[in-house]
Amino acid sequence: MAVIRDMIPAFELFQPTSVDDALSLLAQHGDDTWVLAGGLDSFDWFKDRIKRPKVVVELSGVEELKGIRSTEDGVEIGAMTTLTEVATNSEILANYGLLAKAASQVATPQIRNQGTLGGNVSQDTRCWYYRGGWPCYRAGGNICYASAPQAMNREHCIFGADRCVAVNPSDTAPTLIALDAKMIVKRANRERVIDAEDFFIGPGTDITRMTVLRPGDLLTSIRIPATWAGASFYWEKVEDRKSWDFALVSVARAMRVSNGSITEARVVVNGVAPYPMRLDAVEAAVRGRPLSEETAQMGGEVAIRRAKALRHNDYKLPLIRNLVRRALRGRPA
Amino acid sequence: MPAVDLIIDHEQRGGVSRRTFIKGVIATGAAVSSTAYLFRSSGVFAETLTQGAVERLITLNVNGQQRRVDVVPHETLAMTLRYKLGLTGTKLGCDRAECGACTVLIDGVNRYSCSTLTHTVRSQEITTIEGLEDSTGQLHPVQQAVVDEGGFQCAFCAPGFIMSMVALVEANPNPTRSETAHALSGNLCRCGDYNKILNSAMRAAEYARRRA
Ligand SMILES: Cc1cc2nc3c(=O)[nH]c(=O)nc-3n(C[C@H](O)[C@H](O)[C@H](O)COP(=O)(O)OP(=O)(O)OC[C@H]3O[C@@H](n4cnc5c(N)ncnc54)[C@H](O)[C@@H]3O)c2cc1C
Ligand code: FES
Ligand code: FES
Repeated sequence: MAVIRDMIPAFELFQPTSVDDALSLLAQHGDDTWVLAGGLDSFDWFKDRIKRPKVVVELSGVEELKGIRSTEDGVEIGAMTTLTEVATNSEILANYGLLAKAASQVATPQIRNQGTLGGNVSQDTRCWYYRGGWPCYRAGGNICYASAPQAMNREHCIFGADRCVAVNPSDTAPTLIALDAKMIVKRANRERVIDAEDFFIGPGTDITRMTVLRPGDLLTSIRIPATWAGASFYWEKVEDRKSWDFALVSVARAMRVSNGSITEARVVVNGVAPYPMRLDAVEAAVRGRPLSEETAQMGGEVAIRRAKALRHNDYKLPLIRNLVRRALRGRPA
Repeated sequence: MPAVDLIIDHEQRGGVSRRTFIKGVIATGAAVSSTAYLFRSSGVFAETLTQGAVERLITLNVNGQQRRVDVVPHETLAMTLRYKLGLTGTKLGCDRAECGACTVLIDGVNRYSCSTLTHTVRSQEITTIEGLEDSTGQLHPVQQAVVDEGGFQCAFCAPGFIMSMVALVEANPNPTRSETAHALSGNLCRCGDYNKILNSAMRAAEYARRRA
């Protein structure tokens, strides 16, 4: 059997059945509280004893956080909706296939059957120095082990480094930015509606967090406006093996084309920066251009303009250039 | 001291002598949990909990039976099944959602029991490999297909794969080989004969259709 270390240390477990109860538990117990959704990011932290919350607020009993409903302007997905549901829902498949496709490629069937959309976007980075409990910047220390001379940093970032060089691991995150999704975040007596693009933050903003969520915050749902419904979409994830693996890099693209020209495009990449990164420069460069090989080539070059490789990850430059080219050719993946 | 019975079980089936299992079966309802016995040195269970959180003594629906069991809040389903309920057919490989050996069905959906808190499945139906054969002892079509194909080598991964196959044939009675591979992509086999495993799964779907 597994080693005893894998027994999770004790915590107090609360299982609220409403958002209000969940919020008051979070308010009551303060900073030592952990929100638990599917647990697939959380359990490793607990088993490794690197994060040891005193109180866990587990959300599987909160029905109002589950499910997908049509709204006047698009669709609203409860934070506790599983990735399997997101990947197979008929409305998402019909109008927002970009998200369905990304959700269907997360990890494995079992993980998608349990992991939630809210957890997928809120998950922490996979930098193994940080996850291994090394006292790096992100963990409150004053060194980045992943950019030290001998570091193994094949999976780390080529953009957006600021002391920390970890990347955001989420597959659904870039698609939500491409679809201009809004994140609904509640705390005791306040609700905020945050653009997906602003939900994810880099180490320059706060080196200890991947998103704007602070202790006491609850992500309740994700709204996708109809803006990009039924647009042309492209999703591609490059991984070392076809199952179970995090993206080395991924690209999500939504585009509208008229008379052979790109009227508007949103291009977002992940696995290259500490946050899913919107390529504004590429979007601006291709707007109004004909859908052509020349446009695709140009977009690919623009994509990597300010990239800066670490010792073992310079392969990410041609990779992301090629993915952006493919995305701009306008053919489905 | 907790009450511990050792049951030595020499089971015979089809003339083949099966492995001998030694199971520590712990009297339920006792004040000291079996895990306190099994993990005596870990100290994990010695910690006391404050008021207000979940009740420890719960009833689980496992393989169609109501089982009373003492579960600490931070306990995974794999731990409860193996070390409290004696259902050692569910294996622990990685304990990290990285191998699939611990796969069970929760309301018919395949999930990793190593990465599920027992308290989160209190009101759901849990099915383990032990729960697949029917009351007359007839194997589930998936089990029969695995036997007929000789689908596994060491078979440590088999219970997990079989549970994923059961979920597959229920959801999609007529899967293609590539759909089958996709459905089983959350289970690893260290011996690595995925072709034979896929043959078993295809045959399993065929048997299940015939029996339906
Ligand atoms: C082996 C393995 C492979 C993986 N491969 C991939 C992959 O290929 N692609 C990918 O994208 N991901 C991958 N993952 C990550 C996995 O998909 C995510 O961990 C999972 O989706 C998280 O969802 P969860 O509901 O299980 O999250 P949890 O672990 O429950 O939560 C994750 C984090 O989000 C917080 N949180 C969750 N819900 C809320 C909420 N509603 N409000 C506020 N905070 C919240 C939690 O406090 C926690 O910090 C993999 C994970 C494993 C273990
Ligand atoms: S033991 Fe659960 S996935 Fe490996
Ligand atoms: S048969 Fe040995 S691990 Fe699969």
